[in-house]
Amino acid sequence: MKKMTLEICSGTTCYMLGANNLLNIENEMPSELRGLAEVRALPCMGLCNDKELSGAPYVKLNGKVIEKATPEKIYDAMRALIEE
Amino acid sequence: MANGSVFVRRELMIRFVRAFNNGTLETDLDRFAVEMRPRLGQSSRCCIYHDRAVIKYRLMSLLGFSCEEETDEARTLASYYREAIERETPVNVAETIPLSVCEAGCSGCPSARVIVTPNCRGCLNRPCMYSCPKGAISIVNQVSTIDYSKCINCGKCTTVCPYHAIVKTTVPCEEACPTGAIHKDPDGHTRIDMEKCISCGNCFSKCPFSAILERSQMLDVMKAIKNGEKVVAMIAPAIEPQIAGSIEQLFTAVSKLGFTDVMEVAIGAEETTAREAEEFKEKMLAGERLMTTSCCPAYVELVRKFVPELMKYVSHTPSPMVLAAEIARKEHPGCKVVFVGPCVAKRIEGARNNIDFVLSFEELLGMLAGSGIDIIACEPMKLPRAAISDARGFAKSSGVTQAVVNELGNFKDDFKLDAKAINGIEKKTISILKLYAAGKLPGNFLEVMCCPGGCVNGPCSLKK
Ligand code: FES
Repeated sequence: MKKMTLEICSGTTCYMLGANNLLNIENEMPSELRGLAEVRALPCMGLCNDKELSGAPYVKLNGKVIEKATPEKIYDAMRALIEE
Repeated sequence: MANGSVFVRRELMIRFVRAFNNGTLETDLDRFAVEMRPRLGQSSRCCIYHDRAVIKYRLMSLLGFSCEEETDEARTLASYYREAIERETPVNVAETIPLSVCEAGCSGCPSARVIVTPNCRGCLNRPCMYSCPKGAISIVNQVSTIDYSKCINCGKCTTVCPYHAIVKTTVPCEEACPTGAIHKDPDGHTRIDMEKCISCGNCFSKCPFSAILERSQMLDVMKAIKNGEKVVAMIAPAIEPQIAGSIEQLFTAVSKLGFTDVMEVAIGAEETTAREAEEFKEKMLAGERLMTTSCCPAYVELVRKFVPELMKYVSHTPSPMVLAAEIARKEHPGCKVVFVGPCVAKRIEGARNNIDFVLSFEELLGMLAGSGIDIIACEPMKLPRAAISDARGFAKSSGVTQAVVNELGNFKDDFKLDAKAINGIEKKTISILKLYAAGKLPGNFLEVMCCPGGCVNGPCSLKK
């Protein structure tokens, strides 16, 4: 299976609103997911500019946006990709 | 890990800064609560109306007011804004305290006590009953039952129950407060006793509802910059592990906010070390038996309020913040200086030492986020006056001692350095300090840091 790309927005807004807890995710993943994704920290993806700030922190998994990302949401999305 | 209420606080900061930059803050302030908690949206507390009330008080604190100052509940935030924008200097927190309790946000946690949960099986061994030193537990209807007129909250029973059926409830702020300053008044409202509070910020960082608020000076800083004043930012070394990106990138980001100059507080630390080592040497040669550090302002407040007899042993050397401010003023005559750090108590030390403003790391990041400035997208700045690593080490426990030891290493001494450290102020610290003051504990150099591990774990640090 091709490695997934997991891009974590580390722009200041996302960082403050939770991305700071995601930056170490590579080492915190459950063992069955570890090593399956290439994790990268990116500058602002431009998604936080909406007035509502509703979705930060943003993460992209294989290009697909995950809003209000938490480790669990990311793991679920990864598992869904594996099953596809 | 930061919790939901922390994110609300940060989101508000970002909105606040965005609106300030757009020039719409005055009108937007009274709209934020509704926008963030619309009628059909979700609430974090019992209902959106409760959430909105808390948001209002958070905004008041961002404007630099404490919610206890509210005399007219119907007063709009726009009106507070007008008052804030007119004031020449922020409220002097050395005369009050920088923290306040947001009543609307406080859950009013019931006092700490030991309770028996339904997990109790009424077992026949009854370890709870036999371990209780006060005979407060009996078995009533096959269930362990506590007689609260006898219970002393020691918690022994909680450790022996094979079903983990007995637990001790806590009040996080009261548990975290080392001086007993935070308490409930007879009506059950949480209050902070100004006479006892040392501004350590433990309640601020430990409250799971984030119901303790800090008086912010963010607006005052942004206003000064907007009015074209020269404002210099001095960044505490503890920021390094808190950000995405390097210190050098952060400096570029901060200067984009319009600061005249950005410097590391650590450049003041070098001077502090040299002077502190010199002071120590002089004192020891003069036959004094103890010197204790002065760079942690919560510790100095603790001594001032609870162990005054130790005050004469506290070093007179100015802290790195104060010395960095001197350098800033020399290089930029007439400038205003802003200390940026992870500390609540620095707000008091700043007010006492002519530091114009104090911001938390969180507020600085809020200003960057609200201004659309990305640290990791910034070019690294060549630091014109890079601090040596000893000086940066001030942010970690025993860093001060290490720096002074290195400095002392340069001369042949007639006395022996016997360094001791207290790493984190707890409830029992006051009695230990009393022993130091009375000369009953060994050591001639005592470093005390309020936060375990040092400033890097300060109450306003981001990584938790
Ligand atoms: S900071 Fe993440 S999208 Fe802008």
